[in-house]
Order: sequence, then structure tokens, then C-alpha cells
Amino acid sequence: MLKLKNLSHHYNNQSRNIKISVLEKINLSINEGEFVSIVGKSGCGKTTLVNIVAGYIQPTGGSIFVNAEKVITPGKDRIVINQAHDLFDWMTVYQNMRLVSNDDNDINKYLSMTRLSEFADAYPYELSGGMKKRLSLARALVVDPKFIIMDEPFNSLDYQLREKLQEELLDIVRKSKKTILFVTHDIEEAVFLSDRVIVLSGKPTQIKKEIIVSLPKNRDSSIRDSMEFIHLKNIIKSEIQEVI
Amino acid sequence: MATKWISVREYFKLMATFIFTKHRAQDLLIKLSSILSVLLFWHILLILVFPANTILPTPSEVFIALLDIVTKGDIFAHVFASLIRVVVGFLIATFIGVGLALVAGYYKKVGIFLNPLIEFLRPIPPIAWIPIAILIFGLGNTSAYFIVFMGAFFPIFTNSFFGVNSLPAIYENVARSFEIKKSIFVKEILLKFSLPYIFTGLKIGIGMAWMSVIAAELIGAQSGLGYFIQLNRLLLRTDNVIAGMILIGVIGYVLSWLLLTVEKKIIPWGNRK
Repeated sequence: MLKLKNLSHHYNNQSRNIKISVLEKINLSINEGEFVSIVGKSGCGKTTLVNIVAGYIQPTGGSIFVNAEKVITPGKDRIVINQAHDLFDWMTVYQNMRLVSNDDNDINKYLSMTRLSEFADAYPYELSGGMKKRLSLARALVVDPKFIIMDEPFNSLDYQLREKLQEELLDIVRKSKKTILFVTHDIEEAVFLSDRVIVLSGKPTQIKKEIIVSLPKNRDSSIRDSMEFIHLKNIIKSEIQEVI
Repeated sequence: MATKWISVREYFKLMATFIFTKHRAQDLLIKLSSILSVLLFWHILLILVFPANTILPTPSEVFIALLDIVTKGDIFAHVFASLIRVVVGFLIATFIGVGLALVAGYYKKVGIFLNPLIEFLRPIPPIAWIPIAILIFGLGNTSAYFIVFMGAFFPIFTNSFFGVNSLPAIYENVARSFEIKKSIFVKEILLKFSLPYIFTGLKIGIGMAWMSVIAAELIGAQSGLGYFIQLNRLLLRTDNVIAGMILIGVIGYVLSWLLLTVEKKIIPWGNRK
């Protein structure tokens, strides 16, 4: 279980000598095998939250626990898939995987799961945008993390590709039984992927609402037209719109 | 009249296709013609403008001198002496320059410590070190290695350091998340990311090394191409002086080309830009 307990964070603006509060008393638990999305307006501190959970920055208050154990540094138990390009350009697809894992069987398994086996010898610049994202995912899966944190991973891709990758992601998550914390500003994406959606408020950011997505686990694109789906989307939309 | 107009137009069309078509053979021809035009200009200048000139040799006289020194073979000992000095000085500069850049990039405090020192020493031209080098190391190869090192070190270090410092924070974060060992981080991520920058430094560095060795040999050496030029200057053999200069140019070109070939081999991802 991943647990955020009273997580708060503020920046010190030294030139104006004031504290700028970004996150305030965030309490959240994510159970194993769960897919939880965090939605909020741009600039509400989503990426700060990701950086804190990943261990890249230390929160000014509160703690993070992985299975009741407090964590303060980055580690293989929480792998982040970034919005920005995070693959090593000078390594082939295989070498990118090999850097983080010594097990060729596992490497082949996840390259095949993400349909990249044929491109093992290609360099990242030879891959399409979608393939790069799949490689980031394969690289995360190969170290068998307890949690995968995804920070708006499909942001830079066009709409059609996003939908396709969302379906693929769901399929891969089902197969690998991973726990995912997914950060996005796209409401439809959040509803389609998640078991639970957390809506963040404006600054200082707190959890405004928690919405259980009661859609069947096995989803495909057709579910986007269902009444339930549209209803959930509208609820989240109105929650976000209430945020100043 | 009409035929003449068409032929002029045809002529320009031909010239345009000749200049703008990307064919290797044509590129080579253009490159050759740039050298030939300089030689032609040099020849015409001496024959037509300064017919009474006795100081400067014509291109053909230089060509004969060049042929002469190459067939006699004495020049190769000088070429070899210069090359050894360049290779030794350049390799030391590469190891220290790249190594120091990696250390300074990894341990930021070392970078801050080195910065004023480097910025202070960098503008001092390598030849200004010659008197000090002769004082410390005497007249010999060690002095020349030192001068070559001083010429090559700064471009290699500053470019490598810039590369190491350009490593995006996201790569550091990925390395931390995946718990990649320090040694592997330095070797596989920091060094390899910086390779294109390092090679920029090496390419500038090899040119500087070659220039520095000639300068060092002009002043304090008993062998090498710089010494050969200096000796022939005293013997008033200007044709040999220019032949030596041509050799310096050709060897410098070959050294740069060698580095470029090595770069293409070991940075296969570099062509993405």
C-alpha cells in the first residue's frame, strides 16, 4: 500500500520573503492492484506531488509510506513515467532495458508485452511518440516496482494516439497487475483508466473529492459512450469547475 | 544574336546545376577548384604584378621543393617528431580534460572550485607558456608535450564540462529511481550523454595541439616541422618554408578527418539532429 499522510509542501519565496503553500495536508491511500488518477487544473501542484512521492524532493510536512515503511529517497519500488522524454538517446531499446535489468527473459517479456520486440536494436530517435511511451512503460515494468507513477505521460501525443495508448495501458496493467498512480488534467482519460479518481482543489492544493469509478474492469473504447461514463465525467468536471 | 543569348543562359544553367547539385564527384571538384583558384591567384600575382620578385617562390617552385623534400625522405623524421609530440600532449590533455570535467560535473563543488582557475588560465595563449616550459622542463620533448597539453586541454575541458553540465535533470532522476550505481551512472549516462560535446572539444583541441607544437618547435626544438621551417628560414629557402607550411596544413586536415571518422563510429545516435 502507498500512503500519503498529511503531506504538505511550501516554497520559500526569498525575494518577497513569503511562504507559498503548494500542497496542504494530503491524505491518500492506494491499495495494491488499484489504478488511481489524480486530476486537477494546470499548475495546481500535481507535478510537485509526483516529485515528492518519487522521492526527488522532500516535503516540508507529512510523510510517505510504502507498506507501512517510511520512504524519503527515490527507489525501484516507485518508478515514474514522465511527461517529458526520459529515455537514454545513446542506448538502443534493448540497452535502455538492460541498464536497469540483468534478466534477459524479463526484458524480452516486457518488450513483447509492449510490442517492441522487433525494435530492440533501434535507437529512441527512430521510434514514434507512442513507441517511446511504451518503452518507458516496459522499462518501468521490468524492475517489478510496487507502484508506477505516471505524470501526464500521454500529454504530448495527439488525441487518436492517446486513446489507443490508454487502451493498451489498461491491457498491460491488467496483465502485469501493477498499482498505478496516474496524474492528468484530462478528465476522460482519468475516468477511462481508473478505479478511483481524486480531484484536487486550487492552491493551496487539497483533496477536494474522491470518486469511485464503478465501471467494469474490462473496458474498451465503446465504454466512452455509455451513460455511466458520461455521468462520471460530468461529476468530475463540475468538481473541477468549482475550483477557483 | 538569339543563339548567343541562349548559349549564355545555358552556360549559367550549367554552372547552377554544377554548383547546386549534390553529387559527391561534383563536391570534390568544387573543393579542388577552391584550392586551385588560390594557387592560380598566387601564381598570377607573382608573375604579372611582381615580376621583379625574388623573395617569394611561385606555386610550381614550392611544388618542386615539396616533391624534393618528400622524395629525399628527411622530412618524415620531422613529421614523425611533431606527430609524436602532438599525440602524447593531446592524449594527456584528453584524459585529464575529460576526467576532470566528469569529476567537476558530478561533484558540483569541484566545478565551482575549478571555474575561476580555468577562466583565468584559458585566455593565456599556449605560446606564452614556452619560456616557462623551457625553464622548467628544458629544451626537449617534455617542454613540447607541455605546450601541446596547454593548447589542447582548455577546449577539451571546457566543452566536456559544458556537456556534463547539460545533462537534463530528468536523467538524474531516472538514474536515482532505478537505483543505478554511481560508477555506471558516470560511465553509461554522464559520459555517453556528453560524448558529442566532448568530441567538439577534441576537434578544436587537436587543431590547437597541432598549432601549439609548431609554435613550440619554432622556438625550442631540434626536430619537428616547426624546427624545419625555422631552419629553412635561416637558410633563406622560402620554397622549403612554404612546403613545410603546406605539410602542416595537410597533416592538420588529416588529424581532424581522423577524429571526425572516430566520432561517427562511436556516436551512432548523433545523427538524430
